[in-house]
Amino acid sequence: MTGGMSGLGDMDELYEAIILDHYRSPRNTAPVEEADVDLEVNNPFCGDEFHIQLKVEDDAVSQVGITGRGCAISQASASLLAELVEGKSSAEVRAAVDAVRRLLKGEEITDEEADILGDIEALGGVRKFPVRIKCALLSWVGLDDALKEHLAK
Amino acid sequence: MSNLDSNSGAGSRAFDIDAIRADFPILQRKVNGQDLVYLDNAASSQKPSQVIQSLVDYYEQTNSNVHRGVHTLSIEATDAYELARTKVAKFINAPRSEEVIWTRNTSESLNLVAATWAEANVGEGDNIVITAMEHHSNIVPWQQLAFKKGAELRYLSHNDDGVIDLDGASSVIDSRTKLVAATHMSNVLGTINPIAKLAELAHAVGAVILVDAAQSVPHMPVDVQALDADFLCFSAHKMLGPTGIGVLWGRYDLLDAMPPYMFGGDMILEVTYEDANWNDLPYKFEAGTPNIADAIATGAAVDYLSELGMDKVWQHEQELTAYAMEQVLSLGNVRVLGPQDPALRGGVISFIHESIHPHDLGTALDQQGIAIRTGHHCAMPLVRSFDVVAAARASFYIYNTKSEVDALVNGISETEGYFSR
Repeated sequence: MTGGMSGLGDMDELYEAIILDHYRSPRNTAPVEEADVDLEVNNPFCGDEFHIQLKVEDDAVSQVGITGRGCAISQASASLLAELVEGKSSAEVRAAVDAVRRLLKGEEITDEEADILGDIEALGGVRKFPVRIKCALLSWVGLDDALKEHLAK
Repeated sequence: MSNLDSNSGAGSRAFDIDAIRADFPILQRKVNGQDLVYLDNAASSQKPSQVIQSLVDYYEQTNSNVHRGVHTLSIEATDAYELARTKVAKFINAPRSEEVIWTRNTSESLNLVAATWAEANVGEGDNIVITAMEHHSNIVPWQQLAFKKGAELRYLSHNDDGVIDLDGASSVIDSRTKLVAATHMSNVLGTINPIAKLAELAHAVGAVILVDAAQSVPHMPVDVQALDADFLCFSAHKMLGPTGIGVLWGRYDLLDAMPPYMFGGDMILEVTYEDANWNDLPYKFEAGTPNIADAIATGAAVDYLSELGMDKVWQHEQELTAYAMEQVLSLGNVRVLGPQDPALRGGVISFIHESIHPHDLGTALDQQGIAIRTGHHCAMPLVRSFDVVAAARASFYIYNTKSEVDALVNGISETEGYFSR
């Protein structure tokens, strides 16, 4: 079946093909041995919860593992995050988190940021569904906090 | 005014669903280009034009402060405000209208009892018994009170179908129990609890029973004397009335002995520079200028329901619930929480789809004009006890139809199709 079904009008703007793909086949779900960053993030209002693990070597994320449960948006967002952060320096991860925040707030994204985000720009569809923005942000906010904490050690 | 002598009479108006729907202007609107199918009544009901008009009439014709002046508008406003109280008292078969206290909502009613009656009557080593299916607003005030007093908060358990274990209740409620606080109808499971039996257990040990009737008073005949309740709380906005107003009903002797909740105008009898003493019931608990317009509109909502007759309201919802249970379960991949026998429950159906998260379902149904609730329904411990973190909930009222249930079921199928492309 394709989009534009009777009554499901704007759904395709929220659930772009890339989002549904990440929702159905989440990336980097294997647990990380001896993780440097290991955190649970959850949104008690939705019940969404994710377990995020990172291995950080020479200030770069060498391995990432994310598992959890949640709606299609929060799961796809976590999977996109897992795909993006692998191999990135902490500064690059922070830049990506900022770009995602700006994207979801509806602010203009620079060309440079668009390059960083790649597929993640598909999350921008959530702007038309304001109550779902927190679903898209959940894992990013958690990652940001955990990374700050790790670097402060 | 018909039918004000009894809350449970047949009502003078025929239960004509088309005529009822015509009374609700909001049912004419489109949502996302589709006809609105409003199935979030357990959160808040829609309002008939009779209630909306009563607000307009009040502000256009009567607006003034109550219990203050000798001028015509103040007298008329006072009469209308007090008449609404009398209507509510009759609606729940309260022995005296002074036992009806206007609050902001059910939560404030519960907090009032916690801060006054329970503050004075619950001590160290005592216990408060609630069910494991309460709304947060009937958990947290008692948790906080128990912390403060060194009292114990105990829970009545239920089985997998969400039916209270009454045999177990007789050992949970004991000689140190001061209060049993239970929901009359669960906002998640739809379970109707055996309040009269819990009242018997509570009274046998000298405890009082408080009933959270937020989900029952709007939908079924409720008689505080038949239930043998001591306190009963509900909100107007779930029963066709406006937001911002609720009711605490309590037995006169209990209310009379309780200290005030808030201090200010109207609740005092006499004030000197040194001291003050308190006004009679119900005013002792109504400090400051009250929510006059919304109280009067609550009276209009009670008139509307009384004219239909609560027996017929309940019968309509029972039929719709039985039909909805059957249709939703026929999808084959949906689990319904709570009693599986529709006769044991009210018109609230919380369900879990085996593959679609409630929020994705909620968004997809909204695109089809169908409003349901998703999430933890302000009952996190209960929802978690079913090993889920969120559920979708459809809840019905007088204006809902079988074809709207069909729209819901069809909407779920469409959503399945969308996500399995």
